[in-house]
Amino acid sequence: MHIADQLLQLLFTGLTLGSIYSLIALALVTTFNITGILNLAQGEFVALGALLAVSMYAAGMPMAAAFTVSVLLVAMLGGFLERFAIHTARGASGLTLIIITIGLSISLRGLALLIWGTETYSLPAFSKGGPLFIGGAAVNPQSLWIFGLTAITLAGLYAFFELTYWGKAVKASVINRAAARLVGINPHTVSFLAFTASGALGAAAGIFIAPITMTTYDMGFMLGLKGFVAAVIGGLSNVGGAVLGGILLGILESYSAGLISSGLKDAIAIIILLAVLLIRPEGIIGAIRERKI
Amino acid sequence: MLLEVKGLTKFFGGVAAVKDVGFKVSKGSIFALIGPNGAGKTTIFNLITGALPPDSGTIRFEGRQLVGLKPYQIAAAGITRTFQNLQLFSGMTVLENVLTGAYLKGRTGFVKSLFCLPSKNREDKRIKEEALALLEEIGLEEAAGLPAAALPFGQQRLLEIARALASGPRLVLLDEPAAGLNSTETRSLAAYLKKLREKGLTMLLIEHDMETVMEVADRVLVLNFGHVIAEGTPQEVQADPEVIKAYLGEDDQVA
Amino acid sequence: MWKKAILRPAAVLLLFAVPLLIKSNYLLSILIVIGLYTIIVQGLGILMGYAGQVSFGHAAFFGLGGYTVAILTTRFHWPTVLALPAAALLPGVIAAIIGRPTLKLRELYLALATLGFGILVHIAFTEGKELTGGPSGITGIPYLSIGGLTFDSDIKFFYLVWITLFLILAGINNLVRSRVGRALRAISESEHAAENAGIDTAKLKLQAFIFSALLAGLAGGLYAFYVTFISPSPFGFHASVQFVLMAVIGGLGTFWGPLLGAAVVVTLGEFLRWAVPLVIPGAGGEYQIIFFGLILVLLMIFRPEGLGALGKCLKLSPEKMPGTGIPSKDI
Ligand SMILES: Nc1ncnc2c1ncn2[C@@H]1O[C@H](COP(=O)(O)OP(=O)(O)OP(=O)(O)O)[C@@H](O)[C@H]1O
Ligand SMILES: [Mg+2]
Repeated sequence: MHIADQLLQLLFTGLTLGSIYSLIALALVTTFNITGILNLAQGEFVALGALLAVSMYAAGMPMAAAFTVSVLLVAMLGGFLERFAIHTARGASGLTLIIITIGLSISLRGLALLIWGTETYSLPAFSKGGPLFIGGAAVNPQSLWIFGLTAITLAGLYAFFELTYWGKAVKASVINRAAARLVGINPHTVSFLAFTASGALGAAAGIFIAPITMTTYDMGFMLGLKGFVAAVIGGLSNVGGAVLGGILLGILESYSAGLISSGLKDAIAIIILLAVLLIRPEGIIGAIRERKI
Repeated sequence: MLLEVKGLTKFFGGVAAVKDVGFKVSKGSIFALIGPNGAGKTTIFNLITGALPPDSGTIRFEGRQLVGLKPYQIAAAGITRTFQNLQLFSGMTVLENVLTGAYLKGRTGFVKSLFCLPSKNREDKRIKEEALALLEEIGLEEAAGLPAAALPFGQQRLLEIARALASGPRLVLLDEPAAGLNSTETRSLAAYLKKLREKGLTMLLIEHDMETVMEVADRVLVLNFGHVIAEGTPQEVQADPEVIKAYLGEDDQVA
Repeated sequence: MWKKAILRPAAVLLLFAVPLLIKSNYLLSILIVIGLYTIIVQGLGILMGYAGQVSFGHAAFFGLGGYTVAILTTRFHWPTVLALPAAALLPGVIAAIIGRPTLKLRELYLALATLGFGILVHIAFTEGKELTGGPSGITGIPYLSIGGLTFDSDIKFFYLVWITLFLILAGINNLVRSRVGRALRAISESEHAAENAGIDTAKLKLQAFIFSALLAGLAGGLYAFYVTFISPSPFGFHASVQFVLMAVIGGLGTFWGPLLGAAVVVTLGEFLRWAVPLVIPGAGGEYQIIFFGLILVLLMIFRPEGLGALGKCLKLSPEKMPGTGIPSKDI
């Protein structure tokens, strides 16, 4: 393989990875914007979505049905967790809420371990046929599905928040709780819906990537963390920034794994996270309103 | 002059909360800052104590430039404060609050604190005695062992003052110390402030209650929308047409 | 007063008679593990309960201590007495380096930066093959010997760990009642007011962070000498969460909280390992984290002050809980 082809190949791999991270980052940023909570259990939604679909497909369900049912189930789980933990603990400090989402995340992972064990599962690709060739590089058709889902999600979120009445009202309610009541928005309902939607989005992302990644009970942890890194790069409260951050992270990972060492793949994301947090904290801290003395 | 403030300016997102404010405070006096809500009084305290960095201006205390110092360094230079919205250590007892206020009187560091050293015990004993004496002076000795959060509001304000005095500062900034006090409490507070002044302590006082200001202040600075609109003795300021206008304007809004 | 003077030494004596009373090595090893974890959680408790700063990366310091001992004794053939202090020192130095920028971050960001640090160190353990032996780790760590005494049995190790633990407890008891202890609590209550009292909050937070890293490293070094084998798996993110869980369960800012928390979590883990397969046959692996996660969530929702506070409700020695206010007679 020519070096140019190899670089192109790594770029496509990076774009695929990046789209996955972007999807997770979009779910994180949306919940963060609406509720002020960073849901560290988001990655588990991804893993559970994929694992549920794998089981249902293996049990003989058609792919479309397995997809729908598993997205619905994880959406319900997201909503349930919001009611059970987040809503019950409302008014607690930010730190308490982080610890709660971390607790939820490790519980869900333990549950997945109990049900699915440590085996690696997989789903067949959504569309038949071999890879497409662009230049000298192969593109897996499943990557196109993932790009598509990312594009639709981004467009959907944008349209909802910028163009619809309810989207704008939700945005306003985040800025001003009193105004929310005026336009008939109940913050508790909005928080519930945000977690439900992020459950659905996480599960959909998990099922889309299941054909090209190893589906295991613990896949959610690193995915969730990388989604967070993508969101931090993008400024944490910025939907477009989350997608850019995800793509950037994916490409960086792909090149460093391909050109330096594959063991570095996970380290890269963490190094970027620490670098952004420590060197440019003002870039992200701006997202939190300054406390009055 | 103990404190000299010049050209002090602070913007919050394009709006000037404090604009080109200057004043001088002489040693052993009570200097009052008054003005309508949002005039920038608390912001000036935040700038002097280093809680916020000024956009421009200088603050000299005993000839030393304070701008750029960290809040704890400014405290060590001899300036402490109370907070408009009380910031007591509510999980601690009354005595512990004062002991913490006296932090600067101690020397024992982290490592030494792990051991039971005679020098540390001597230091603890001395600081505790001084703290108890201070509590007695301010009338809180009975409450020394109570959790700070259990005190009635008026006593919490007194405790904040005691905590601010505990390190032996040369300038104390009091942010609305009489807010929420009844008239008896307010009068005894005024008397206490005068007593502190007799001992040579200098105070900056933010206060809405005009009667208290007229009674205790040596000089008064009037702010409106971040600007100085008048400065002088209480009598001069009271007669100033600008001041009357600012206050009447505010009354109109309130009514 | 006289009651306390008798009760405390009696409790200590009882504890030190434990190895003579129980003959089971299994129980003894659990007590050793509880002791080691308590050492870590005491440091973490100072950081979280007093200075008010969270860390989701303390397993990294624990691991750094362990690997320091493993590498120095097996690769560089250091004497074991020197390797142990090095195990505390190295994490302390690393904490000093990363602490200053990290501790500027607040809440969410601090949680994530420490979490990231923990994962990064864990990756280094797995990937640094030449030095750390990769996923399979390092075997053949010698027994610790101090002077002529070699700690080659569970009984000896029990005494080593618990005496160390009591010395640390005594130190922390002094610390929390001191000027510095009050200053640390002041930081978690109101940083503005603390600074205004002349407390260099950044420096003090850093000192608490370094102190907690030293203790975690010390525990890691002792752990390596105890199991004589080390691999990356006990030092991952789950371990960090478990330490936070122990600190929170026992009650933040309380004196006995760390011991209580470590004992509850370790015992519960052992119990679940025994009980769950009885209920769900064929269950294997680390599923007990389901319960740890749930307990953490329930605790944060309903009892953020920890189980230690139950003791207070039962009037069990409230004077031992400076975090909730020392009654004046004790100062
Ligand atoms: N940290 C901050 N961030 C943004 N704006 C601020 C901040 N602190 C104060 N302000 C704004 O600056 C202006 C002056 O506020 P400041 O608290 O100094 O007023 P004040 O004179 O103390 O009023 P009051 O009598 O109500 O206490 C106000 O408009 C306030 O909203
Ligand atoms: Mg004010």
